[in-house]
Amino acid sequence: MHIAVVLKQVPDLVEELDIDSGGKDIDRSFVKMKINEFDDHALEQAVLLKESSGAKVTAVAVAADGIDQVLYAAKARGADRAVKVEAGDEFLDSRRAASAIAEAIKQLECDLVLTGVQAADDLFGQAAPFIAAALGWPHVSVVSGVEAGGSTVRVHQEYSGGRMATLEVDLPAVLGIQAAPQPPRYVPVTKLRQAMASGALETVSAAAGAAPVGATVSGLAKPESGRGAEMLAGSAAEVADKLAALLAERGLVRA
Amino acid sequence: MGNVLVYVEASDGKVAPVTYELLGAARTLAAGLGGQVEALLAGGGELASELGGADTVIHVDHPSLSPYVPEAHVAVLAEAVRLRNPQVVLVGNTTIGIDLAAGAAAATGRPLVSYCVGLEVGEGAVVARSQLYGGKIIATTRTDSPAVFAVVGGSFPDGPGRSGGKGAQETMDPPSSLASLRSRFVGATAPGGEGVDITKAERLVSVGRGIGGPENIELAEELAKALGAEVGASRPVCDSGWLPKTRQVGKSGMSVKPKLYFAVGISGAPEHLEGMRDSELIVAVNSDANAPIFKVAHFGTTCDLFDLLPALTERLKARAG
Ligand SMILES: Cc1cc2nc3c(=O)[nH]c(=O)nc-3n(C[C@H](O)[C@H](O)[C@H](O)COP(=O)(O)OP(=O)(O)OC[C@H]3O[C@@H](n4cnc5c(N)ncnc54)[C@H](O)[C@@H]3O)c2cc1C
Ligand SMILES: Nc1ncnc2c1ncn2[C@@H]1O[C@H](COP(=O)(O)O)[C@@H](O)[C@H]1O
Repeated sequence: MHIAVVLKQVPDLVEELDIDSGGKDIDRSFVKMKINEFDDHALEQAVLLKESSGAKVTAVAVAADGIDQVLYAAKARGADRAVKVEAGDEFLDSRRAASAIAEAIKQLECDLVLTGVQAADDLFGQAAPFIAAALGWPHVSVVSGVEAGGSTVRVHQEYSGGRMATLEVDLPAVLGIQAAPQPPRYVPVTKLRQAMASGALETVSAAAGAAPVGATVSGLAKPESGRGAEMLAGSAAEVADKLAALLAERGLVRA
Repeated sequence: MGNVLVYVEASDGKVAPVTYELLGAARTLAAGLGGQVEALLAGGGELASELGGADTVIHVDHPSLSPYVPEAHVAVLAEAVRLRNPQVVLVGNTTIGIDLAAGAAAATGRPLVSYCVGLEVGEGAVVARSQLYGGKIIATTRTDSPAVFAVVGGSFPDGPGRSGGKGAQETMDPPSSLASLRSRFVGATAPGGEGVDITKAERLVSVGRGIGGPENIELAEELAKALGAEVGASRPVCDSGWLPKTRQVGKSGMSVKPKLYFAVGISGAPEHLEGMRDSELIVAVNSDANAPIFKVAHFGTTCDLFDLLPALTERLKARAG
């Protein structure tokens, strides 16, 4: 089995986000980027499959500012190869990115593609089903747990209310990973240095197709405060006093 | 003609609440577009009578539609879109909606607008408001060609969509691809098993990634004890194994509506809010004043949780005497 795990960076949501002067994108000059957390899980799942079934793992990412570091880290975590997809534009929406990624997957001859289940910046849909459609392969998203089984994989798909199902999917296939069965492992700095010293990243060229026309962004805004919480100010001790009083008043303290 | 097609999500043999929200939103859109509301029911024929909010219920029956397999439902939805050519397709942005909305959009070459929390018709186009960046940004889009919209649960009331349609019923032939699916249902796991049922708890102290590590969960457990509450969690806390999955609140966890929801170190991502926004009293502790959790909380504080939790626990214990 040859697994491609697709990686992307997203703004770190712990940081403040601002809207740029054009009003249709976030201000990217100061945002701190980090690997999409679901991609981190997809990579962990790929490495677990490598360990359990001897699969080969190729980390794939659309070329963009800062992506080399992500790909080197993937190698340090256990990817056998790391490939940058030159698509001619680093700000592709998920649908156009998916067409370039699908093109690259064909060149790389993979038979299982793992992406993160979603990214917080993708207005126009999730890449996994789009990649699958471009390749004509089956797909399953919101997957937490994959087991290899020869020409198929068994996947656990999650639903609301904590329900889950196990599905068997023929290879080749595309999966959107929500969570690996164990938390993504830590990469020691020495391993990262080794990966960076082990040579340049591979590159493939793959053009991004056109997105269907019809939907356009007219503007971004910060959410209106709406109901909004009443904020309790003061030191921890003062806020604790206020909260204790407030909870007691509402009869919510243990009798 | 501007019809609106709603994919009917069923769960546990019932129509999922999000479907009624979509049917209600569809009614308003259809009025603006001069069209009808159609509901696509894939399998589960016994639910047709519960879809009185649709003008036409289109039912497709085939053995591979239940139990649910995403590939089969994507094929049926795409086929319905091709045959009925609605202007607007509405799919709940639920866990199954991710496969369905993008899968059907890709198969039919239509644009998809995700994470919608508002939809209206303006000057002949569908104007959607979507939640991006974990709820920190709202994007407005205009769509003037036939398209698919994935709508976040809880964005519309679920009352209006329960009735008011013409109630016609039609059947659609299943697409031939259902005979050659490349994925199969193997088995299902019900939630729970061991331990508590947090949906029954009157009070919940829920911890998020801000708690830092498993060694600090104790702080929340002590507060919960002082409040007579159970401990809940956000997804990353369960994925990291700090608390069992049965404690997870949100889209892929439990939906809860306790008298008190005390959120500690939880940012308030849309997927978390979906499972707790209707709680009676929400108190949030988060050091980031811009955290989206404060949009749904009644009371909030930006105090560091490591200072606040012990202080509050101590005061509550003192009150209990
Ligand atoms: C299909 C799908 C389904 C999902 N289902 C669910 C679900 O069911 N439930 C769920 O919760 N998520 C779900 N998610 C994940 C969701 O998108 C978020 O990633 C998740 O809710 C974030 O969890 P969090 O708030 O604990 O972590 P973070 O977003 O990392 O937030 C941690 C917060 O802690 C605060 N903090 C840090 N340190 C301190 C401190 N010392 N004192 C006070 N505050 C502090 C930070 O300011 C931050 O806001 C789902 C995602 C997908 C794609
Ligand atoms: N531009 C991109 N470059 C690389 N991977 C991507 C890109 N867009 C989407 N993906 C993959 O698809 C996942 C889901 O992203 P999205 O489609 O934006 O929801 C990401 O986490 C990546 O694994």
